[in-house]
Amino acid sequence: MNAPQDHWLVRPMTIRRLWWGSGIVLALTVAAQLFIDVKGYFGVDAGFGFGAWFGFAACAAMVGISKLLGWWLKRGEGYYEVGDD
Amino acid sequence: MIDWFPPAGWLLLGGALIALTRSHVRSAVVLIAPLLTLWAVWQVPDGIVLTVPFLDYLLEPIEGSPVRRLFATVFAIMAFAGGLYGYRQASARELSAAFIYAAGAVGVCFAGDLITLFLYWELMALFSTVVIWCGGTPAARAAGIRYAVLHLLGGIILKVGIEGVVVNTGSIDVQPMLAHNFETWMILAGILINAAAPPLSAWIADAYPEASPTGSVFLSAFTTKTAVLALILLFPGEQVLIWIGLYMIMYGILYALLENDARRILAYSIVNQVGFMVCAVGIGTELALNGAAAHAFSHIIYKALLFMTAGVVLYRTGRRKCTELGGLFRTMPLTTLCCIIAALSISGFPLTSGFTTKTLISQAAGMEALMVVYLLLAAASAGVFLHAGIKFPWFVFFQKDSGLRPAEAPWNMSAGMVLFAGLCILLGIYPELLYQHLPYPLHYEPYTAGKVIFYLQLLLFSGLAFFLFLPLMRRTETISLDVDWLWRAGLPRAWQAGEAAMARLGAFARTYRDSARQRLIRTLRRLFASGSASTIPGPFLRSWPIGTTALLIATLLSAYVLVYFL
Repeated sequence: MNAPQDHWLVRPMTIRRLWWGSGIVLALTVAAQLFIDVKGYFGVDAGFGFGAWFGFAACAAMVGISKLLGWWLKRGEGYYEVGDD
Repeated sequence: MIDWFPPAGWLLLGGALIALTRSHVRSAVVLIAPLLTLWAVWQVPDGIVLTVPFLDYLLEPIEGSPVRRLFATVFAIMAFAGGLYGYRQASARELSAAFIYAAGAVGVCFAGDLITLFLYWELMALFSTVVIWCGGTPAARAAGIRYAVLHLLGGIILKVGIEGVVVNTGSIDVQPMLAHNFETWMILAGILINAAAPPLSAWIADAYPEASPTGSVFLSAFTTKTAVLALILLFPGEQVLIWIGLYMIMYGILYALLENDARRILAYSIVNQVGFMVCAVGIGTELALNGAAAHAFSHIIYKALLFMTAGVVLYRTGRRKCTELGGLFRTMPLTTLCCIIAALSISGFPLTSGFTTKTLISQAAGMEALMVVYLLLAAASAGVFLHAGIKFPWFVFFQKDSGLRPAEAPWNMSAGMVLFAGLCILLGIYPELLYQHLPYPLHYEPYTAGKVIFYLQLLLFSGLAFFLFLPLMRRTETISLDVDWLWRAGLPRAWQAGEAAMARLGAFARTYRDSARQRLIRTLRRLFASGSASTIPGPFLRSWPIGTTALLIATLLSAYVLVYFL
């Protein structure tokens, strides 16, 4: 008797295809700027691939800052319980 | 005369009837009262339509304008969808409180004077507290008390400001002002507390997640958005709001990234999204105010939808921590789909309502040459996709297989979700449906090729960042300290430390007093000891030689003379 297969969405093949597909879509959104003019307000925001690198860098910075904040601010889930009860 | 019946009155009546009726009649009231409210909202023309004398003042409980009708409309739609979502699961008490809470929000929308505004404001504070308490857990009770204290305090601050303005200007009208003196700052502070602005942003993540699935859906819509409307009506162009809004945007993202509780992630996300609106009010141009109003409209819908999906998960699994969830898409496909639509909408993906409204605010910043603001808004748009657009659905419905196989949402919950998911798409595809009702005429083309490419780059690459940095965002069973640490832990600990210090001081004083008393008794006994055959009497009972006595007397007299002549 065959073992029950997991959902098609979480099979390794599907995940590989999703990564490849996503990569192609990402590349296309940047390449599209070769043909489509992005109107900016300040010059820099109309640069080639600005949205891509700025979005990535902003998220990288936010993850980094949140990680630093976490070391300072994170506590166990029961931290307030004594006081609340 | 029926035209003058306050639109909020239908929800108030509905709230009362829900508490008094049963079964199908109650269900009918839940669904009909918001529709009657919606009808009544659109009967209100521009200008003041009802006045009521009160003391020496003439109250204006109903004043119509496009922005007031817009907010009241989405509040009525919200009450309908919330009622549909929860009428078979929520208790009558909870639905009744939620409808009166919604009535308060609609009342604020049409309040033409500050006194009426304040009364509806407090009605909201009271009944939203009841909604939180209806969560029914000890945590909900405690959070509700903290929420009530903070909001009643906010109400007092608002009242102080209103009285100051009324005394100084003699006018109770709701009209634009700037924060330039004590009383206007008090009004602004009172409103900002309800908007979850800094430093008091923590109440939202403290209270809303503790409510029931239905309660949190209602809570997500009214309090913060009435604050946004109040800011639009009272403080358009108040520049300090730009920076307060930007702080809220970043605060919401960073705290949501740290959070493990799915519903707290959404609560922090409310702060983030309201930050966009507050920032837009601060910019203050017609385009920016249109953006604030439009974004509030679409935000209420997609944020309620996100809370609906989180509520279904809680209802079906009893769990809300990301560490305990995952893989639910297998058995909850409709809930997952609705969650994805809401997540795309909050992220501002093209073809969703978030895109057609949030870009209004960014464009307003760009057109005012506010470069830093514009770039921070763009960064925040990427951050929204990171913390709410991907993180929430990923950890709840995908990531690992938690082994949970809950059933899909009950039909009425599904209907509420589908209604709002449809609206997210509808307003993304046909934004003119919303644009035509904005407070100012709008000539805006959301779908230019350049704009779509820019936002696709921004959002898709932030998605890439999420998956690349996923190991850094491993969920931990923790909470994050916030300003509420001061009253939840800091003050109690300071009080306990003070009590302990006083106890130690008292113990020391008692010890010192006892030992001093013992020493005194010993000294007196020594001085007045009568002596015996083997011991010498004390100094005062001893026989002193004549010479010593004379010396003592001479010393005392000399001292007296010296003191006398000094």
